Amino acid sequence: MKLIYALSLLLVAAPAVAQNEDLGAAPPAGGEVETVQTESSEAEEGGLTFTVTDESALDNLAMAIPAFAAERDVATAANARGTAALGAELARVVTADLQNNGLFDPTGPDALPRPTYPQITDPVWGMWSMRGAEMLVQGYVRPRPDGKLVVGCYLYDVALQDELVRSGWVVPPSDWRRAAHKCADLIYSRLTGESPFFDSRIAYIAETGPKDNRTKRLAIMDSDGANHRFITTGRATALTPRYSPDYRKLMYLSYVDGNPRIYIYDIGTGRQTLVTESANPTFAPRWSPDGRWVLYSMAVNGNTDIYRVSANGGSSERLTTAPGIDVGGSYSPDGSRIVFESDRSGEQQIYMMNADGSNQRRITFFGGRAATPEWSPRGDQIAFTYIPGDFNIATMSPDGRNFRKLTDGWQDEAPTWAPNGRVLQFFRTERNTGRTAIYQVDLTGENLRRLPTPVDASDPAWGPILP
Amino acid sequence: MNSRIAAAIVLSATVSLAACKSSPPDQLPPEPGVSQPDTGGDYTSGPREGTQEHFVDAVNGQNVIYFDTDRYNIDTADAAALQTQAQYMARYPNVTVTIEGHADERGTREYNLALGERRANSAKNYLVSLGVAANRIRTVSYGEERPVATASTPQAWAQNRRAVTVVID
Repeated sequence: MKLIYALSLLLVAAPAVAQNEDLGAAPPAGGEVETVQTESSEAEEGGLTFTVTDESALDNLAMAIPAFAAERDVATAANARGTAALGAELARVVTADLQNNGLFDPTGPDALPRPTYPQITDPVWGMWSMRGAEMLVQGYVRPRPDGKLVVGCYLYDVALQDELVRSGWVVPPSDWRRAAHKCADLIYSRLTGESPFFDSRIAYIAETGPKDNRTKRLAIMDSDGANHRFITTGRATALTPRYSPDYRKLMYLSYVDGNPRIYIYDIGTGRQTLVTESANPTFAPRWSPDGRWVLYSMAVNGNTDIYRVSANGGSSERLTTAPGIDVGGSYSPDGSRIVFESDRSGEQQIYMMNADGSNQRRITFFGGRAATPEWSPRGDQIAFTYIPGDFNIATMSPDGRNFRKLTDGWQDEAPTWAPNGRVLQFFRTERNTGRTAIYQVDLTGENLRRLPTPVDASDPAWGPILP
Repeated sequence: MNSRIAAAIVLSATVSLAACKSSPPDQLPPEPGVSQPDTGGDYTSGPREGTQEHFVDAVNGQNVIYFDTDRYNIDTADAAALQTQAQYMARYPNVTVTIEGHADERGTREYNLALGERRANSAKNYLVSLGVAANRIRTVSYGEERPVATASTPQAWAQNRRAVTVVID
């Protein structure tokens, strides 16, 4: 069944300047966030825990998030107005993260009194109780002599007058928002029992211009839309990006040489290489969960099949041989299986195969077409574009059962999972105008909202939790 | 010749009956002989030979063929259009072309890239079957990225499901 395809010259140094012509300035490579011991107070097990599936228990859990305290208001590269202002900003980011998932009812720092530095580990219980807060998030920010910031984060149960969890992080000033996302992740995980997802990034396609002359640029941003950067200039159409699991590379399709081809862009060096040296068009790039393999789709004489190649280069292996269009592919979290799309039955449907291409079988029989499958990082669900007529986002279990439609747009397409497999993003196209936007929805189909982006947006690809 | 015109009339009736059928502008295939560009006469003051403008004039606008939803087969109208293109390429053996394959917006993006590739190759293979050398034809898929009709209607989608032959200048 599988054929070894002797495609030579993988991932060799960029052969021509031309393929870099659409690249803008390279973004800074991300730093590591170090977790540190926070001072004083002893965390004890106990208090409340919930699961996301038991949402009623958490619905509108009143949560106060006052400004993080600064020991002294001093200058910092993270905020022109000093660490006191930065403390309020940190609390605002935590509040924004926690208010959009339907679980909590957070009140941010602008409506709350500001705790003093000593009060961070010794809350004024009576005051927060009188304000109706069930949960209290407090924190501090303190610059180290080397300029890096120490940010501490504490979650308290006001009724129990007890600390539920705390942690602290050291971040470069430029990464101050990551400390706030880490704090939101800490609280979310402690109260829901789920894995974190706020401290992560999204690659997507930024769209501008009229429908018949659209400019499409590769762009990246944090999970909340902050730290937005364009990677390409827009001279050539860019599509379908995917972050490598370590965030060091981006794969995407570009027409920079006139043909649709997949490039691997190295964020550290700002250079890019072709995924495979072939005259044939390549598209639909995908990483394996461990980052060691790349899937791509390639059309040869009009027939598209799925290929696999080591991320370090080497020869490609053809995984599908059906005469129809076989395209895309998404690995199971353990890397053993691949879910993909094929029209071998006469229309787009979703199929499963082993990672070596063996044992291919159709799994969708819902009536209507099914496309763009994406395996949840948790492994328990596959999200896809369900096309009974209009385009909707739906989920199913990997055996093709437990179908659930999550959205009702005119054209909702291309789901991507949050790192914890509890939230999905996709893009919605508006009828006639062709305008696009990224939307987010819970696995339950609740809490649909539009993600703020500077311009129109499509093809979101959510990366894992940052290291 | 009469039977061909009759066939074309039948085809045109079919087109108007089935709105989703290909070739939305009800174009009749040109009569054989008439569509042949007369290189010595009429075109001397027109566009330069071997240019896109000259080609489009010579094939009477039939440098575009249309497809049904998710299909890539060459129907009768497509075949007639490709025959005029092949005649032009036979007359001008130095001309090379790019065939652009396109899809409508009512598909997922990556599938549409594959579909556009299929359509461009269908047109290419048909030209090759008519004697045009394969190395004179390049293909490129634009998927749904370059619509000519911008409305979200069945009529607009029919215009966008197309393969366009463009002379490489």
